[in-house]
Amino acid sequence: MTDIKITITDRLGVKHEVEAPTDMNMNLMEIVRSYELAPEGTIGICGGMAMCASCQCYVLSEHELPEMSYDEDLMLAEAFNVKDNSRLGCQIFIKEELDGLEVELAPEV
Amino acid sequence: MIKTDILIIGAGPTGLFTVFEAGLLKLKCHLIDALPQAGGQCAEIYPKKPIYDIPGFPEILAGDLVSNLMKQIEPFQPGFTLGERADTIEKLDDGSFIVTTDKGTKHHAPIVAIAGGLGSFEPRKPPIPNLSTFEDKGVEYIIRDPELYRNKNVVISGGGDSALDWSIFLTDVAKSVTLIHRRNEFRGALDSVEKVQELKNLGKIELITPAEVIGLVGNNSLEEVVIKQGAAIFNRECDHFIPLFGLSPKLGPIADWGLEIEKNAIKVDNSLDYQTNIPGIYAIGDVNTYPGKLKLILCGFHEATLMCQSAYQRIFPDKRYVMKYTTVGGVEGFDGSKKEAPKAVIKSID
Repeated sequence: MTDIKITITDRLGVKHEVEAPTDMNMNLMEIVRSYELAPEGTIGICGGMAMCASCQCYVLSEHELPEMSYDEDLMLAEAFNVKDNSRLGCQIFIKEELDGLEVELAPEV
Repeated sequence: MIKTDILIIGAGPTGLFTVFEAGLLKLKCHLIDALPQAGGQCAEIYPKKPIYDIPGFPEILAGDLVSNLMKQIEPFQPGFTLGERADTIEKLDDGSFIVTTDKGTKHHAPIVAIAGGLGSFEPRKPPIPNLSTFEDKGVEYIIRDPELYRNKNVVISGGGDSALDWSIFLTDVAKSVTLIHRRNEFRGALDSVEKVQELKNLGKIELITPAEVIGLVGNNSLEEVVIKQGAAIFNRECDHFIPLFGLSPKLGPIADWGLEIEKNAIKVDNSLDYQTNIPGIYAIGDVNTYPGKLKLILCGFHEATLMCQSAYQRIFPDKRYVMKYTTVGGVEGFDGSKKEAPKAVIKSID
């Protein structure tokens, strides 16, 4: 297993290219936290259960992402600043096919 | 004035277990929590989710963990100030503290243990430009007194349990109830969704979906909401708009108590007793930080246990004490109850 590269634009508009491991069952929200790209307590509040939308992000690249679960879909239906390309970072697991993924963190609510 | 030995801020799992450890040391506890019920995130956000890393429980629902903790601490008769947020703290000359809530309830204790998790839960506010202008002038995020809505036109938005439950409840009180949600599907309990459907069929709830409130209109108080449904934008007269989009924790007033804060958490001395930079104030569980910190319930339990020993020494600096095992000392409640290991029965063989 290899690491993949992901480009994450933080809430201040700064772009970060980070390496993410594919072998640790990590999701995008956890990658953001591990690189401290959003202050603790403002992302991943529910821990990654698709129950708070604090890890909402906009997917900028054309990667094929895992299908949205019922939980994620309905959580996004109650989130703010939602766009067509919104996803919950905690539901995007780091896999080899996501190499080159580009995302932008949605504003904190 | 409520008086206690250890004043615990936050009634989540760590705060609740503190009552047990303090109780073994004959110290009384009182808990303050901004939520109307005990349990913190476990009760508010994920009561039906299983937790797999509580030692001794291969699997336990978060809600059941809270129920078990409440049962475990029952003999120690903790006091609760629920639905109130700890706002200010004052240190008296004798080193003890007075903590006052947003509703003015005062608590006095020699020890304060902050077990506030990620902070107190505040309503999530939708990004409607002039929303704050109408707060308490027709816009409420929490329903405190349903009578406020008697014979009024009420618009509720949201798609979870609270939006559904309050829409149902207010049909008996309000003149009209309109429920607006961005989807046709709702995230709440099936029973509630079915009940709303029934009330809609009876004409008691007007359902506008998929739609959202994008603006508010009024002079001194709210008069209309602006609703966007697909490409259509229209106004609807109403006296109250209640956006119910769940709660989100914020560190809040605790951040202004003079405590050392790092990464939205309170710095503590983990090599000793989880005390903060203010002697007599401890921080335990998810609310604290130290090198190597992990935000896990099981770590909160450990921190609470060590903290109570330190608190005891602080309250009784001249008393000698060694920790006793519950298997040896049992559990003596303040309610007169006593649990202890059964004595061995000796029977000789002739």
